[in-house]
Amino acid sequence: MEGFKVTKSGIFDIIQDLGRYGYQQFGMPVSGAMDSYALRIGNRILGNKENEAGIEISSPGLILEVLCRTVIAIAGADFDPAINNLPAPIWEALEVKRGDSISFNQIKNGSRSYLLVMGGINVPCLLGSKSTYVRAKIGGLKGRPLKRSDIIHIGNPEKKLQDVIGRKVASIDIPDYHKDNEIRVILGPQDDYFSENGLSAFLNSFYEITANSDRMGYRLKGPKIKSKSGSDIITDGIPLGSIQVPRNGMPIVMLADRQTTGGYAKIATVISVDIDKFAQMKPGNRVKFKKVNLEEAHQLLHEREKKINNLQFEKRTIEIKPANIRIFKVRIKEKNYRIEVEEIQ
Amino acid sequence: MYKKTRYLTAGDKAIVLEFGNEISKELNLAVRKMHYCISKKNIQGIKEIVPTYRSLIIYYNPQKVKHADLIQKLKELENTVTEIILPLAHVTEIPVLYGGEYGPDLEFVAQHNQLSTEEVVKIHCEKEYFIYMLGFLPGFVYLGGMSEKIITPRLEKPRLKVIGGSVGIAGGQTGIYPINSPGGWQIIGRIPIKLFDQKKESPFLLKSGDYLKFYPINQKEFKEIEKKFEEDNYKCKVGPYGRI
Repeated sequence: MEGFKVTKSGIFDIIQDLGRYGYQQFGMPVSGAMDSYALRIGNRILGNKENEAGIEISSPGLILEVLCRTVIAIAGADFDPAINNLPAPIWEALEVKRGDSISFNQIKNGSRSYLLVMGGINVPCLLGSKSTYVRAKIGGLKGRPLKRSDIIHIGNPEKKLQDVIGRKVASIDIPDYHKDNEIRVILGPQDDYFSENGLSAFLNSFYEITANSDRMGYRLKGPKIKSKSGSDIITDGIPLGSIQVPRNGMPIVMLADRQTTGGYAKIATVISVDIDKFAQMKPGNRVKFKKVNLEEAHQLLHEREKKINNLQFEKRTIEIKPANIRIFKVRIKEKNYRIEVEEIQ
Repeated sequence: MYKKTRYLTAGDKAIVLEFGNEISKELNLAVRKMHYCISKKNIQGIKEIVPTYRSLIIYYNPQKVKHADLIQKLKELENTVTEIILPLAHVTEIPVLYGGEYGPDLEFVAQHNQLSTEEVVKIHCEKEYFIYMLGFLPGFVYLGGMSEKIITPRLEKPRLKVIGGSVGIAGGQTGIYPINSPGGWQIIGRIPIKLFDQKKESPFLLKSGDYLKFYPINQKEFKEIEKKFEEDNYKCKVGPYGRI
């Protein structure tokens, strides 16, 4: 079923699910949503399976034309989305009709927004996943980011549209995205490659996310992390969130599109529950790493999974506004006014 | 090779079993034996295993298996590993069109080693290369066993785009770019087939623990094989290791 047509594309809008597992031994990266929490919750709002594919939007700009009546949810970063130019709430199931226009307008917080739809985005599954891996031109829509005039197909809903419209995530379950964050890590697997001094710099300084950061990894800058005698290792596996430190002493946090193996020592690994928060940070934001142990990381993970599985949605009684209302923001004598103008038939 | 395998923590969803800190076939054999052993066991909670030169990274789901229980199971398995006999390795024969536009650095490799281009091709095709592991890009094989006679340093200035299928030399290593990628290897030829082809039912041509051997083809053969491969009508010659 044709769900959307791309009226205007953003810089990098790609189709992602929770990733491609089982083929790393052939060199195939996992990929998947950078913020898997947002993708999972967005799918749950709509009654989808958690792993349904959605659109990961990494900067404002995307405008979609709706081609059939369906229900969408926007989760993750707040890019000031609108439906027919009316502000649209995020973390909520919203009904859209043929001819509606969905737009993502400006960054309010975070760095990756997700558009989910009832039934999920329908693209072919490759090696068990719909995730796009642009470098090898595979998955998603023809292995590339969305572009103008693309038609995006959607799957059949698991539930009745009426049953999910208005479902929303309670404010307590909506993550806050901050510019500076403490990110928890477990040391290793090669923390013994680094000097006392290097480890201390790593755990006690702020590191800034540089512009040279993408889905493969975030390159950070800050005090140099000194190794004992070089940080080249014999190539081994790279888990999600592992922090490589090459010769220049500047850490790189490996993310969704990371290569499967690599030859730099890894000082630490970001714990699973903090990956999503980290992936919502952007260049210029700062991170401070905090050491925790494996038991704590597992405890936090169990708690979060329990919370996700027991998530209760609130239900809003939706007031559906006709599409012929226009809203103006007016500023008169230092005060802001919102004016709604409705065409009389 | 270590006397005792190191069990390293790689975050809250992965364990690394490190068997040593060198590149050697003996060490890699230990890696493959353990990999085989774990794969056969079907241990609850293990999501994926990635073998490398000298280690296994085991991805697990801590919701399904406790870390301590998993470590214990792996250690018990390790004690039985010496009895394992690995399945016979295979050699895949890979056609290469050497030199010319597809192998722009063949001349340089020859000059650098004071050989003729024909000699470089002959030396490159003599060996059966051991596939230690795959990584870096989908289908990229890390090969061992290249002759010292054709060692050549990387390009001083890497190319922004190396065409997928290019065969190259970097220092003492030889390899094949599976897809288009920037790269600094000396490119000596190209293969008419794909190491990773998403259209195929089994998209990866090679796997770790096996061998590959190159053989030279001409332009006409290149075009023919390329066409047949596209039509899903070409199979590489594969034989048991040590018998061809």
